Amino acid sequence: MIPLRRAGPVAVLVILAIAPFLTANPFYQRIAALVVLAAISASAWNVIGGYAGQISFGHSIYFGIGAYASLLLFGRFGLPPIAGAPLGIIASFVVSLIIGPPTFRLRGHYFSMGTFAIAALAEILIVNWKFAGGAIGLMGPAMPRSLADLLFRNSLPYYAIFLAVLALLLALTHLMQRSRMGFYLRAIGAGERAAESLGVPVQRYKLYALLISGAFTALAGSLYAVMIGFVDPESGFGILISVNMVVIAALGGVGTLFGPLVGAIILVPLQETTNALLGGSGTGAAYVAYGLIIMLIARFSPGGLAELWPLINRHGRRRAA
Amino acid sequence: MILLQLISDGLQLGAVYALFSSGLTLIWGMMNVMNFAHGQFVMLAMYVAFFCFTLLKVGPAFFVPLAAIGLFGFGVVVYLLLVRHVMRGPMLAQIISTFGLALVLQYSALWAFSANFVSLPTTLVGGVYDVGGIRLSAARLIAGATAIALTAGMHLLLTRTDLGSRMLAVSEDRVAAALVGIRPDPMQALAWGLGAAATGVAGGLIALFFYVSPDVGNSFTLLAFVTVCLGGFGSVPGALLAGLIIGVVESFSAYWLGPATKDVVVYGLFVALLWVRPQGMFGRA
Repeated sequence: MIPLRRAGPVAVLVILAIAPFLTANPFYQRIAALVVLAAISASAWNVIGGYAGQISFGHSIYFGIGAYASLLLFGRFGLPPIAGAPLGIIASFVVSLIIGPPTFRLRGHYFSMGTFAIAALAEILIVNWKFAGGAIGLMGPAMPRSLADLLFRNSLPYYAIFLAVLALLLALTHLMQRSRMGFYLRAIGAGERAAESLGVPVQRYKLYALLISGAFTALAGSLYAVMIGFVDPESGFGILISVNMVVIAALGGVGTLFGPLVGAIILVPLQETTNALLGGSGTGAAYVAYGLIIMLIARFSPGGLAELWPLINRHGRRRAA
Repeated sequence: MILLQLISDGLQLGAVYALFSSGLTLIWGMMNVMNFAHGQFVMLAMYVAFFCFTLLKVGPAFFVPLAAIGLFGFGVVVYLLLVRHVMRGPMLAQIISTFGLALVLQYSALWAFSANFVSLPTTLVGGVYDVGGIRLSAARLIAGATAIALTAGMHLLLTRTDLGSRMLAVSEDRVAAALVGIRPDPMQALAWGLGAAATGVAGGLIALFFYVSPDVGNSFTLLAFVTVCLGGFGSVPGALLAGLIIGVVESFSAYWLGPATKDVVVYGLFVALLWVRPQGMFGRA
């Protein structure tokens, strides 16, 4: 490899990493933290939805599990919310093992319909689960009791934590991309029957991908709960949580390493600004824009920006239809 | 007696489910594309009904056909501008395109009409009759009967007419149909038009006895999925039977478990069905 080819993306990443520390504006700092958080969950979705081509609308379940694990441990047992992260990850493994094998028998549209229904089911169950706060939801600590509560007035500590998690996830994804698993997943995404006939253990590798994907999505949920300090059925398990991951990954480019990060850098500030301008997320204007973006991507550039701008996908591999 | 009441309620509602689901099954059968915005089409039709009544003071005899025509046009436009271009593309594009459409419709409605629940006056159509101890509401009865008649009509259109044969030919094999002189494109546009028109009628009918809000669409989309899955992907008679079954299941679970959890039973049934028989109970693979 020519070092110069690596220098470009590395420089971009370094600039992104330090940029929020150079501004004193809390609004920008908060957006920066939210961008990285969205990039974590979209990159996690990307493992199963992008590389393996299984378009899941059910990832809100993992996000919700992480968020609820954190705030349940705080609300019911007085533990610091971050203690819920390992619990959420363990719970995500259990969920993957339960819903993975049955849904993986479904292909294409059927898989998306099935995961959509499971997500809707989970949201209703949470609304009716009194122990977890029902429709009202759960609160985090109002005042920090110790450093372990990770309650900061400033968004920069969150930004740093999220960035570390994102770096870990992208490093793992990068390793996976170049390993046997990466090739298997891309083969599955390109055509399951063909992959199977070539001896790829399709079901097993889809499950591996879901375990990784679900665990990091749950972690993103826990981190969200730690930072925001509140979760209810809609902000944890709502179908829009899944939609966010799908649209962010699709905009940047599914099945590419940096696609979801690029998508998050573009969409999250857009959404936060529209919400700030139009007063809260109640108007739904941001989701009209999201829907239009999704349709435009599907219609004109299914590979996302990575298709138009190969720098995002340095290996230059386009997934086959 | 309560049993009979639940069954009759379920059948009347189920007939309307059957009607909009038969639209979805037609679309799926013709081109193997799922419409994730199907429930939002129903929502649009419900708003057409609501505004026709409140602004123009006209009844269902006017707004149901109007909703059908309006949605027919909308379906054709969606096909021509969106679906036609993505249906041969990657799976991602096929799936997210109509999902994006669903978001646009739902949140535009939220923007334009606010999140408030609105409804038509319950006295708009007839009253409530007591037949042998079973309470029958005229609105639901008319909705159910119309829905069954139209679903049956759609089946006859597909199986008994020349046009239907052309459509079925395209759904069997696009290329072969083109070889014998049937242009696939107009047939598929027609399928989207008819599929959407079915949601138009269904939405107009449901609005007679169901509240209207921007987010009713999602649950209708899932109901249509369950119905199409149970009835077999692509089968109109299957959708009719399945719609009636789902209606009864829903009415029983609402009675025994409470209205809040009735969806759990129906969605759970869907997941279980997909797991056991992804091609549907009576469907082809």
